[in-house]
This record gives sequence, structure tokens and C-alpha cells, in this order.
Amino acid sequence: MLKDITLGQYFPGDTPVHRLDPRTKLILVVVYIIALFNAKGWASYAVMIAVTLLCMWISKISLKNIFKGLKPMMFIIALTALLNIFYTQGTPIREGWIITWEGIDRAVKMMLRITLLITGTFLLTYTTSPMALTDGLEKLFSPLKKLKVPVHEMTLMMSMALRFIPTLIEETDKIMSAQKARGADFETGSLIERAKALLPILVPLFVSAFRRADELAIAMESRCYHGGEGRTHMKQLQFTGLDIAAFLLGAVFLAGIFIMKRFGL
Amino acid sequence: MAVISVENLTHTYSIGTPFERTAIQELSVTIRQGESICILGHTGSGKSTFVQHLNALLQPSSGRVLIDGEDINKDKISRRDVKRRVGLVFQYPEYQLFEETVAEDIAFGPKNMKLPKEEIEERVLEAAGFTGVDKALFTRSPLELSGGQKRRIAIAGVIAMRPEVLILDEPTAGLDPAGSRQIMDNIRSYREKSGATVMIVSHNMVDAARYCKRIIVFNHGMICMDGTPEEIFSRSEELTGIGLDVPKAAELAMALRRRGIELEGPVFTHEQLLRAVRRAAEVPVC
Ligand SMILES: Nc1ncnc2c1ncn2[C@@H]1O[C@H](COP(=O)(O)OP(=O)(O)OP(=O)(O)O)[C@@H](O)[C@H]1O
Ligand SMILES: [Mg+2]
Repeated sequence: MLKDITLGQYFPGDTPVHRLDPRTKLILVVVYIIALFNAKGWASYAVMIAVTLLCMWISKISLKNIFKGLKPMMFIIALTALLNIFYTQGTPIREGWIITWEGIDRAVKMMLRITLLITGTFLLTYTTSPMALTDGLEKLFSPLKKLKVPVHEMTLMMSMALRFIPTLIEETDKIMSAQKARGADFETGSLIERAKALLPILVPLFVSAFRRADELAIAMESRCYHGGEGRTHMKQLQFTGLDIAAFLLGAVFLAGIFIMKRFGL
Repeated sequence: MAVISVENLTHTYSIGTPFERTAIQELSVTIRQGESICILGHTGSGKSTFVQHLNALLQPSSGRVLIDGEDINKDKISRRDVKRRVGLVFQYPEYQLFEETVAEDIAFGPKNMKLPKEEIEERVLEAAGFTGVDKALFTRSPLELSGGQKRRIAIAGVIAMRPEVLILDEPTAGLDPAGSRQIMDNIRSYREKSGATVMIVSHNMVDAARYCKRIIVFNHGMICMDGTPEEIFSRSEELTGIGLDVPKAAELAMALRRRGIELEGPVFTHEQLLRAVRRAAEVPVC
């Protein structure tokens, strides 16, 4: 049940998108977002959708998985759309109505924009393992180390947190099953009863999370871990021809969107 | 009385994702009241998945689980009720302790059954007795006890629900020989006194032979053997083939028998072997 959470989940695979350097993918996602916010006309949106679908097709991520990830955001998307429909000035679609053509136009574009924004970031996390992602981030932000920003520590914390999310979810699942086997009921009762029913899960979960954190710290220390100074990586990130091709395509795409913007498309 | 029958049970985890994995397939087995069963099988053979179906914690992808002829997954109520009749102790159950005191933790199950206070107290005492939890521990926090003590408290927590079927997933994992023997003896005494069916998932062949009358062997999500310890251990090559091995004593006994030395009774443990060999030595071999 809890396993169905897809946010930030990685789907292993061996497509060209999976093989791209994480840095490339991070930069391209930024490019994608810049393009998205500069898409004004319907033609630009059509291009955005086409590019998104193309990326999904190449990376073999199904629409179903994207929708599953979008589900928690549905409410926000719907709300934004509604607000835009009702609060945009313009020509009413019928005499006396407050719904305007401009409102519908804005609402649909807004919905598309949010959906595409989420889809784009999902494509990144679906095709990049958390470890590769944090490695990429560390490399990209490493110039900041000169300004005494603890980039290594921050990415280490991030990768550890990411690493332990599935473990904790699995643990929660297990504890829940064990308490259910003892007759615990998480589904019925008043709000207060249900909140109380969480105690048998939360206490063991916290106990084990602290135990794990402790063990991890000891394990790291006994392997002489001492921070980022002079550390090398087992897997050195390396740009390949694929990355150069991806950058070129990304540049063409961004330029295309800007040109379309110029012509009001 | 509880007769469990499992019909063509298949379970697939994470259906429809790249992580899809069939853990057990087309299992059929019947378990009668009062049996003592051991489930053996290599790591990942689907033992834990199987036992979680018996109290409706997992729902079958296909197939059915019946208790006394009734589908346990019929509706929400029967899924809840079956958890009272079939008690399941998970692997490493000590990680599920959460109450402030040992007594309260053991009482968690009976409390969920909405029993009267006196009955709860009585059951806590009884369950603690079965598992050898000393009354002096009742007011201590379960989190500050040793691993073996925690394990006992967790088992007592399930026994306090007085299940007709008690299932334990690797109850002795990570305990020393003395500790594991005590726990196995506690479980046996619970079975003898209550008449409950007991099912133990184990990696330990000697335990399997010593405490159980029936052994079910899992291999890649299917049942590949089902019979008495004698029957199972006489197929030692097959067992070795699927990554399990026969107790050393049983192997030696079999070799001796092949040589024509008469050994009496079942021989699986070192003590049994020693006794049988002594007795055989008294009778002159001709
Ligand atoms: N929650 C889960 N999600 C996905 N797959 C799972 C899950 N639990 C188990 N599996 C898979 O199902 C298969 C059977 O697992 P199971 O835990 O039933 O094995 P087991 O016989 O109990 O092993 P062990 O002796 O190690 O406890 C394994 O291949 C495992 O990877
Ligand atoms: Mg198991």
C-alpha cells in the first residue's frame, strides 16, 4: 500500500535517457523549465507537449506511471484552473456570464504548464538513481565550495535521506503488518482514535530510525569517513557523445521556443 | 477447530510495475487442527509471503484461503476476525514493541479484541507464563531488555490473543542455542496445553525435526515436499539440490542403516543418534 508512493521513485532501465550523465539531465531539466515558462502561444505548448512525449517514449516511462505521480497534485491543478477561469477579465463566452474565453485559454495553459512541469521533473527522477542525482548535484555545485558552502555535506545528507526513504517505508509496512496481526485497526474509528492508532507504528519506527542512524554513523566512522576533503568517487562522472548530442538538442529546443515567443506563437 | 485449506494460491508483488515479482504460485495445502508444522526453504522461497496469507495480511493475487470452509478474504469483518484465530509472529518481532511497560505491550492484542479488564490481565499472566517472561519484568520498559527477552514478550503478545493457529516466522533467528531451545520449548508447551495448531518457519533442520511432525519444503515459491521428518530427510540429495541440508545426525543414521545397522526410532538429533547407537551396540550385530 505504502509502496505505491511514486514520488521520487527510480525506474531502472537502459535507455539513452537513463545513460545520460546526471549533470546533463539536471541542466536539461532547467532548460526545459525555462522553455516552459517562455512558452506563450498554443504552438509553443504543442512543441512542449511533443518534446515531453518524445522524452517519455525514449525513456520507456509509461503515461500510467506519470499519472500515478500526478494524482496527489490533481487538486492543486484543478484549483488553479478554476481560479483562472473565473477571475480573468475578457469577453464572456455568453452574454452576462463571468466565464470568459480568455479565462478558459489561461486555465488550460496553466493546467498544461503545471502538468508539464511535474512531468519534466518526474522524467528526471524516474530515470536517474538517487545516488547519481546527488553526485550530479555535488559536481554541479562544487564551485560553491570556494565560497565555503558545505556542498559535499549537503549532498551527502540528501543522498542518505533518499537512501533511507525506501527502507523506512518498508519498515513502516512491516511494523503495520505486525500490529495488524495483533488486531490493531488503522482504518475505522474517529479522527482521535485513528491518530492514537498511529502510536504503535510511530514508536517502533522512531526507535529503529534512531538505531539505524546510530549504526550508520558508527559504520562510517569505523571506515574512517571524514568529510569531503580529498575524497574521490568510485564512479567518475564522464560526459559522452550522448551528452553532447543531448545538449545540442536542448539548445535547439530552447532557441526554438524563444523564436516562437518572438513571433507570438 | 480450525482447518485451513489453501487453494491454488498465487501472490505477485508490485503488479504492473517494473518490480513485479511472483513470490508464490499455485500453492495448495491443507492444515488440520493440532498439527505441528515446520516450513523450510531457502531465502526468498516465499515462506514469509505464504504465512502472511493465512491471516489475511496479504491478499491472494489469485486462489483462495479457507478456514473451516469459509473464504477469509470474503469481507472486511472476516479479514479482521481471522487475525484473532490465526496469530502470526513476525520475523524479528521485537521491533514491534512500543508500549511503556511489558505488561501493556502483551495486553495490546487482547485490548484490541475489546475484552474485559480482568480477562486481559488473566491472559497477560498466562501468555507470560507460556513464554517464560518473569512477572518482575512487567513494569519495565520493553525497550531496555535484552534481545531474547524482547522476543519472548513479542511472542507473548500474540499468544495472549489465544489463537487457534499460532504461526511463527523464524522465532529463533539471531538467538544463541540455549535461548532458541527455550523458545522452542515454550512454543511446544503452548501447543500441548492449548491444542493449537503451530506452524514454524525455520532454517534450522534440527529444530524442524525435533519439534514438528510435518515438514513442508518450499522451493521458488512452490511446495516441493510435504511429509514427516523421516520422509523428508530420506530425500537428502533433493534437499541439498535446493540449497538445504539434512541434519548431520540424520545423515549419519541413514548411512549406518544402509550398512545394515538397525537403529531404533527416528534419529535426527545428536542425542537421539547417541541413544540409538548405544542401544544398537547392546544388541549383537550378526
Ligand atoms: N514487500 C515485498 N515487495 C516486493 N517483493 C517482495 C516483498 N516481500 C518479499 N518479496 C519478494 O518475494 C520473494 C519471497 O519473499 P519471502 O519474504 O516470502 O521469502 P522467505 O522465504 O520468507 O525468505 P527468508 O528466508 O529470507 O525470510 C522474494 O524474492 C522477495 O524478494
Ligand atoms: Mg522470511
